[in-house]
Amino acid sequence: MSILIDKNTKVITQGITGATGLFHAQGAREYGTQMVGGVTPGKGGTSIDGFPIFDTVEEAVKTTGATASVIYVPPIGSADAIMEAIDAELDLVICITEGVPVIDMVKVKHYLQGKKTRLVGPNCPGVITPGQCKIGIMPGYIHKPGPVGVVSRSGTLTYEAVWQLTTRDIGQTTCVGIGGDPVNGTSHLDVLKMFEADPETKSVIMIGEIGGDAEEQAAEFVRDHMTKPVAAFIAGATAPAGKRMGHAGAIISGGKGDAASKKAFLRECGISIADSPAEMAEALLKIWQP
Amino acid sequence: MNIHEYQAKAILRNFGVPVPDGHVVYNSNSARDWARRLGDGPYAVKAQIHAGGRGKGGGVKIAKTADEVKKFARDMFGMCLVTHQTGAEGKIVKRVLIEKGCNIADEFYVSFLVDRATSKVTLMASAEGGMDIEEVAAKTPEKLFFEAIDPLTGLTAFQARKVAFKLGFAIAQVKQAVPLLKNLYKTFVEADCSLLEINPLVMTKEGDLLCLDAKLNFDDNALFRHVRIRDLRDYDEEDPMEIEASQYDLSYIALDGNIGCMVNGAGLAMATMDIIKHCGGEPANFLDVGGGATIERVTEAFKIILSDAKVKGILVNIFGGIMKCDVIATGVIEAAKQVGVKVPLVVRLEGTNVDQGKKLLAESGLNIVSADGMADAAEKIVKAVNG
Repeated sequence: MSILIDKNTKVITQGITGATGLFHAQGAREYGTQMVGGVTPGKGGTSIDGFPIFDTVEEAVKTTGATASVIYVPPIGSADAIMEAIDAELDLVICITEGVPVIDMVKVKHYLQGKKTRLVGPNCPGVITPGQCKIGIMPGYIHKPGPVGVVSRSGTLTYEAVWQLTTRDIGQTTCVGIGGDPVNGTSHLDVLKMFEADPETKSVIMIGEIGGDAEEQAAEFVRDHMTKPVAAFIAGATAPAGKRMGHAGAIISGGKGDAASKKAFLRECGISIADSPAEMAEALLKIWQP
Repeated sequence: MNIHEYQAKAILRNFGVPVPDGHVVYNSNSARDWARRLGDGPYAVKAQIHAGGRGKGGGVKIAKTADEVKKFARDMFGMCLVTHQTGAEGKIVKRVLIEKGCNIADEFYVSFLVDRATSKVTLMASAEGGMDIEEVAAKTPEKLFFEAIDPLTGLTAFQARKVAFKLGFAIAQVKQAVPLLKNLYKTFVEADCSLLEINPLVMTKEGDLLCLDAKLNFDDNALFRHVRIRDLRDYDEEDPMEIEASQYDLSYIALDGNIGCMVNGAGLAMATMDIIKHCGGEPANFLDVGGGATIERVTEAFKIILSDAKVKGILVNIFGGIMKCDVIATGVIEAAKQVGVKVPLVVRLEGTNVDQGKKLLAESGLNIVSADGMADAAEKIVKAVNG
């Protein structure tokens, strides 16, 4: 088992005729993911590198039986693409695109209410269940199947954690990049709940950042409901207040959301904290052995 | 993106929000001319810089006559205004706003922002106007009122009324507050703001509501659909290296330390700064070259880091996903050739095409210290810089 995706997941790519969309659709297919087609309005009925193209998500889903979608559509059309995928009743929609306006995401979140779809992202690396299914831009080879769940706002920092595990011969159930934007589809808390419910996942690494209080909410769940050990790293201990550190969400405002207070709260909730990003796997191994 | 107060007020005026009559000037003579056109005094003379706390630093004066406006404006032009938001170096005043004064009876606070917890635009208000709102939030949170706004309906009249009554308005002011708040919300959404703050919103002795100060920040990701707002960007207010970096789509923020960093990904870039500090060093910058960086962008990133005289060493930390290590290596070599690297350089490469990348660096003839893993990289650069 795993969470969100496995070998049975069938994926369509929205924005498949763009260079980025095609490149990563090919990469996912090479990894073994069932990439069943793509959507580019106006190019329906054609194909690109063996991927059938459809004009609408609805049509793509009806024809291919897709259960998930990955979005590489540029920011100007990202929100619309997400809503089209939600409307087509896909189980999972992963939006990779960076730079989606926040107001657009406020509307998307409203649109999501009462719908069956789970949205991951935007501005995220995607989701991978090693050895089974890769949806997104992460390098597949650094992963390995195993018992650790990984959840993170950041892309490359996730790779770092995964690599620390893999080089210690510890594999992962599923790695979820939830994205660095202030308004996104899936939170740390959502993913922790899924890891807790997944029998294959034995422990979790959670990677957070300064800004907001999503990590604190997740930590309360760990304290009150989680039976599995959790280790965490919070990036941004050295970030000055009021400066946006790349991610729109990574900003300390009004003295809230700084790394020190986040770490202290997570520790109180029983989470093993890595003070250095080089020690994420070590922090987990302090409280758990595979 | 930030804009000046006078620009924010012009935008609000277009959305039907009441703001004082006024005009921006660039010299003290036209300050007097504009004061005369505004009619009788008093007047407010306000230095225009992108920072709060101007009043305490001498950047806001009340003048009784047009001649006094000229005198205050003359004092302000060219002055280096230091506030709690400018940092110790302060900001040079180049623009001054002249406004018609008003008789203030009471002051309030109103702002709109996107609340990440609810994923909704939220109206925040307090009767403690003119104060530092962060202090109000910390000391007396019960004096702050919130309304989460449904994106389908926008701010409703009843929500605006609720807030207005909580602020203690009489019905005459409530009737003004409803359209005022609704128009502020409209501005926030239609102009893609990330923060809209009115502090203070005043009630005059005549009973009118007026936005005496206005701060608008915009969502950088939405600027593509707001050409006119994008044109309001004031480059004088920004770090020259941050401007240079933004032209190459690099995310760069100058810091006070001496170890330059070049990293891919915002999270890893922050973590790299953290581990430098953890090892006893001080990062000179945050720099995310992004996922799809080209050799040209990497070269520019390297030049920007090297143009900072404080930099005594450079750490390159790359975990290649989309970003290929050989591209990074080629960019580093190219930049080093163009500008010459006279400080220690530690490079840690991992991920896609790592072997090609390492090979390129090893064969470049440059004095590059290769590192295995983040900890090793941070220790090596801190040792090289601190001795």
